[in-house]
Amino acid sequence: MIADLVFYMCAALLIMGGIGVVTARNPMIAIIFMVMSFFNAAGIFLLLGAEFIALLTVMVYVGAVAVMFLFVLMTIDIDFEVLKDTSKKHLPLGVLVIAIMLSQIILGVFSGVFKSDEAAATGMPIPEGGENITHIGNILFTDYLLPFQASGFILLTAMIGAIVLTYRKRPDSKRQVIGKQVSRTREESMVILDVPKARGTAEMKPEEVK
Amino acid sequence: MHAAFHHVGLTEFLTLSSILFMIGVCGIVLNRKNIIIILMSIELMLMSININMVAFSSYLNDMGGQIFTFFILTIAAAELAIGLAIVTVFYRNRGNIDVDDADMMKG
Repeated sequence: MIADLVFYMCAALLIMGGIGVVTARNPMIAIIFMVMSFFNAAGIFLLLGAEFIALLTVMVYVGAVAVMFLFVLMTIDIDFEVLKDTSKKHLPLGVLVIAIMLSQIILGVFSGVFKSDEAAATGMPIPEGGENITHIGNILFTDYLLPFQASGFILLTAMIGAIVLTYRKRPDSKRQVIGKQVSRTREESMVILDVPKARGTAEMKPEEVK
Repeated sequence: MHAAFHHVGLTEFLTLSSILFMIGVCGIVLNRKNIIIILMSIELMLMSININMVAFSSYLNDMGGQIFTFFILTIAAAELAIGLAIVTVFYRNRGNIDVDDADMMKG
């Protein structure tokens, strides 16, 4: 069936993108691979019938996250070859941890504990018909109103935190101080000269300037 | 629309998600010094969790998974904003972004 083919294509490209992110030499290439894998994750969400989450993934990850990575990467001037970890000191420990975690997950997944088509776990079955975004809105703005507000506060905290972290006073920059500008008087800012005929102001003697 | 297709089973989705999560863990181990790749690996791991959530949501016919995916996306965006702000400040103070140089707290 065509949906199976689409799933396997999306899954293969998703995993390829993930491997690309991890192994890319240039972080710029890694960001492109990350965008590719997130697009394919959005495809998988579409297959699962979560249209809103799919579009949200494309918007948030491709529209915001990738652009933010690109901004930071272009702002900092680094030779990334220096950052290659050549010591491999932590590699055996890492491989051990990954092997243990992967074997546990595979054991769990194939143990048959996770059965599909059981009763809805949280008592919020997906309604028949209608649009996905309508169902999400009906639940998000009623049962999950408080977490929704809390996530808004988390975003506000992150915004304030990022601004406070990166803000710095720059004494060398020239900026407009409105109060100073408005409170200037005529005496301190201009002089009226009585310029003689056939001579410019540059040739006037200091005592002639009043 | 929820039962769009159920030929590929839940197991395939969970396997895909766990493979993606392990790629993320590998990324943290392999690129231990480059904090930007580490942040990208964390994003990959969060995306694998999202796939898990949405797969269970579809197969258990439950709306909760999609709602929680929404919150995970929020947390991912907030974490990334703070993380990249810290990277920027670290680069401004030290002139590089080597994780090994972040030792002022003697941790």
